Amino acid sequence: MAKDYIIDIQHLSKSYGDVKVLDDINFYIRRGEFITLLGPSGCGKTTLLRQIAGFIAPDEGRILLEGKDISGIPPYKRPLNTVFQRYALFPHLDVFDNIAFGLKLQKLPAKEIEVRVKKMLKMVSMTDYEDRSVDSLSGGQQQRVAIARALVNYPKVLLLDEPLAALDLKMRKDMQMELKEIHRKMGITFIYVTHDQEEALTLSDTIVVLNEGRIQQIGTPTDIYNEPVNSFVADFIGESTILNGTMIRDRRVEFMGHEFDCVDEGFGENVPVDVVVRPEDVYIMNHQEGAQFSGVVQSCIFKGVHYEMFVETDKGYELMIQDYNAFEPGSTVGLLIRPSDIQVMHKERTINTIEAEVLDSHHVSMLGAEWECEVPDDAATGDTVIAEVPFDGIELLDHQEDGKLAGEVHFLLYKGDHYHLTILTDNGDRLWVDTDDIWDKGDLVGIDIRSEAIKLKLKND
Amino acid sequence: MKKVLAKAYLYLLLAMLYAPLLFIAVFSFTESRVLGNWTGFSTKLYSNLFTGGMNGGSSLLAAVENTLLIALIAAAISTLLGTVAAVGIFNLKGRKKQTMQFLNNIPMINPDIITGVSLFLLFVFLGFSQGYTTVVLAHVTFCTPYVVLNVLPKLAQMNPNIYEAALDLGATPGQALWKVLVPELRPGMISGFILAFTMSLDDFAVTFFTRGTIGLETLSTYIYADARKGGLTPELRPLMTIIFLIVLILLIVINMRQEKMKKQ
Amino acid sequence: MIKRSYWSLPYLIFMVVFVVLPLLLIVLYAFQDGHGHLTFANITRFFTDSDSLSTFALSIEVAIENTLICILLGYPAAWILSNRKLNRSAVTVMLFIMPMWINALMRTLATAELFSMLGFTLGKGTLLFGMVYDYIPFMIYPIYNTLMKMDNSYAEAAEDLGATPWKVFWKVTVPLSLPGVMSGVLMVFMPTVSTFAISEFLTNNKIKLFGTIIQENINSSMWNYGAALAFIMLFIIGITSLFGENKETQAEGGLI
Repeated sequence: MAKDYIIDIQHLSKSYGDVKVLDDINFYIRRGEFITLLGPSGCGKTTLLRQIAGFIAPDEGRILLEGKDISGIPPYKRPLNTVFQRYALFPHLDVFDNIAFGLKLQKLPAKEIEVRVKKMLKMVSMTDYEDRSVDSLSGGQQQRVAIARALVNYPKVLLLDEPLAALDLKMRKDMQMELKEIHRKMGITFIYVTHDQEEALTLSDTIVVLNEGRIQQIGTPTDIYNEPVNSFVADFIGESTILNGTMIRDRRVEFMGHEFDCVDEGFGENVPVDVVVRPEDVYIMNHQEGAQFSGVVQSCIFKGVHYEMFVETDKGYELMIQDYNAFEPGSTVGLLIRPSDIQVMHKERTINTIEAEVLDSHHVSMLGAEWECEVPDDAATGDTVIAEVPFDGIELLDHQEDGKLAGEVHFLLYKGDHYHLTILTDNGDRLWVDTDDIWDKGDLVGIDIRSEAIKLKLKND
Repeated sequence: MKKVLAKAYLYLLLAMLYAPLLFIAVFSFTESRVLGNWTGFSTKLYSNLFTGGMNGGSSLLAAVENTLLIALIAAAISTLLGTVAAVGIFNLKGRKKQTMQFLNNIPMINPDIITGVSLFLLFVFLGFSQGYTTVVLAHVTFCTPYVVLNVLPKLAQMNPNIYEAALDLGATPGQALWKVLVPELRPGMISGFILAFTMSLDDFAVTFFTRGTIGLETLSTYIYADARKGGLTPELRPLMTIIFLIVLILLIVINMRQEKMKKQ
Repeated sequence: MIKRSYWSLPYLIFMVVFVVLPLLLIVLYAFQDGHGHLTFANITRFFTDSDSLSTFALSIEVAIENTLICILLGYPAAWILSNRKLNRSAVTVMLFIMPMWINALMRTLATAELFSMLGFTLGKGTLLFGMVYDYIPFMIYPIYNTLMKMDNSYAEAAEDLGATPWKVFWKVTVPLSLPGVMSGVLMVFMPTVSTFAISEFLTNNKIKLFGTIIQENINSSMWNYGAALAFIMLFIIGITSLFGENKETQAEGGLI
């Protein structure tokens, strides 16, 4: 095994109270790499970065820097430096003294400090600003000083915590290019945290996608974009339509009511899967020759470079399509997807499985409430059983108090003809629900389960 | 270890801070007229204080009454004046705004004695006879800036369009003011009022210079006169104890409400 | 419709009458003799009278000492209170603030009584001690406030750049909390110079501070000399508030 891992993270876990912020994180970082920790807010990416920097101690696991465990070493002894989210430039020091802060602590001779600070200022194109107070700088300039302040110490790894989040769009694009350039010049390993998928795709050599404390996927930007491993990654990175499908056999998949050739193998036969179709991968034409299926254009909006269209397919699914040509709403079009553009993913689950306790021959207790359902004859009162509830067996209600349980919409995915929601109950349980109704993330809902939808199984089955 | 040292330091400082108050509280439960001389447990000083019996009791109660009444009136006037002023200042720009803010700062920076002496000279100069009215006016002078400072941030937080929105929806300017502006500013007005009230309660120097010679006593001037005479009216001990407890309870209640709001 | 900026007019008139005019009157009276003639006699009298001068010097000395002791004792307290690892109790913070809400004369009187019962002779020692009692909450609170509001990322950034906790404290925490110290100084220094009741209680009227001689002159109808002394105090306020430019933090310091 190649040993040029500068950082090796092993079995890292961290909880705050009952909430697992990081759950058994394992990955390594190669020397000189630009690696991005990408995920929505609350996914644990900042916690992970702060553990590497040394501000948070992990509950379990180790962080190896060049093969040595640094978990117990305080931040001021770690040869790493951080560019903080809102820069954290010292307001009582001017630009020069901010950058020189770390070097002065090392008690380097004044001459050397001056040479190094000036070199850094030049590198971030801030040469004439050394005497300015940091409050008088623009956001972009503060950003440069923050980068210079960290890099002047020649850290082994530079950590960047959403450094561009406070800048406006134009400035952000410019700074992205500059960061890439600085990374190339310095050759230092960069660990970059962001929630912006576009930024991650632009900057990184490697992307680590995190959600809810777990690594979803690690790979190059093209891997992650073209071959997302699950519906979360597919939905989070770029635009996509995620659909329910069935793998008929190797290289043959059914979705949207049609069968397609694809390139995926090894899923087995007649296995339910998720299928990802990127909007730019659907060929749209105004004739039916050569088309695999047809549809009617519902809307067409010009997006600057391309047109974005929503098309209702012949079997009633909604598909997002991007194309350089516009097609009139109402017109019938032919559609085609090439085998290599169909990305097939394993389904994470096909049904809700919930632990339940038998109360009597017609009732069980689960999710902190009591439910009526059919209890199998061989289950006795007090037994723990597994309840299976299909995604469409759960009803969501507008008012929390109308349901047996209360919860909120945690994550939602449009699957072409219905929504697939993740509901977080007030007790912290997760339920997955298919619905035709429109909900938003964060909506508070009442939850009811139809009693005929609850199927009980003995635990040892 | 570090934690123990830190705690020890805090508690030592607190013990020093509270020793005099506890000392007074303890000796409020004995009859002796000389402080520090324990002659057995008694609540006689408390009953004296409330029945006005013995020497000192009734004039002490009158002083407490004056103090509360003056504070209430001054705080009410300050809240009204300060809120209107804050709306005005908020809508001013540039120089004019800076000037108003500077003027508003003066009574807060000035030590009490300067405010007191200067107002004393004003009333002498204008030939005002000094008494209740001059004391209230003087209190309004140093209380209003705090109301202004409490209302201004609420104006800044407020969406500037809501007043116009109310007018747009058919409210008269008066209705818009009463139904939209005032509810938005209310938290600032309340905290301003409370602050003005306590500033007025606490005041000694300004009252001292502006009360004239008609014998108007507030709690502060009463204590001052009492101490100058050399003796401390024993009924002051239970009074101090009671005030101490009221402030303690109030602060605990406020604190608990804040904690609760934080949790929500 | 009346322009809303005009709403500041009543307050402007009020302030001209009750703030500006009175201050001008101090200046006017300071430069007048008893018959209304212009004169510098009151000011020259102050600078030639050794009693007044020594009282003035003593006041400044006591005020400086009081302020310094309040910083030395109060800063560590404020720091401990604001440190989440060392103190999590809001009640402790409240206990330090509470004395600010109790009548200062009452607290001073209690302190003086305690001193005399313990058998201390009332004099400079008890004066300083009592002043620290009275004013230390006004030092702790603004410092505590700035420390609480201070963004933790500054300390983290310093640590990240190689500063030990001790270095973080001296190179980042202390410099960044100076505005709080400054408003504490404003809330302690001038009131110490100007107070009269407190010093009279704590020394049994043995030691006079500047405030006392102003009070005595005004109360014995020597308005012009009293006004001249007040004018000199105004002058010092002007200088100290130039030092402590930050008026907004000062105002905040007084609020809960």
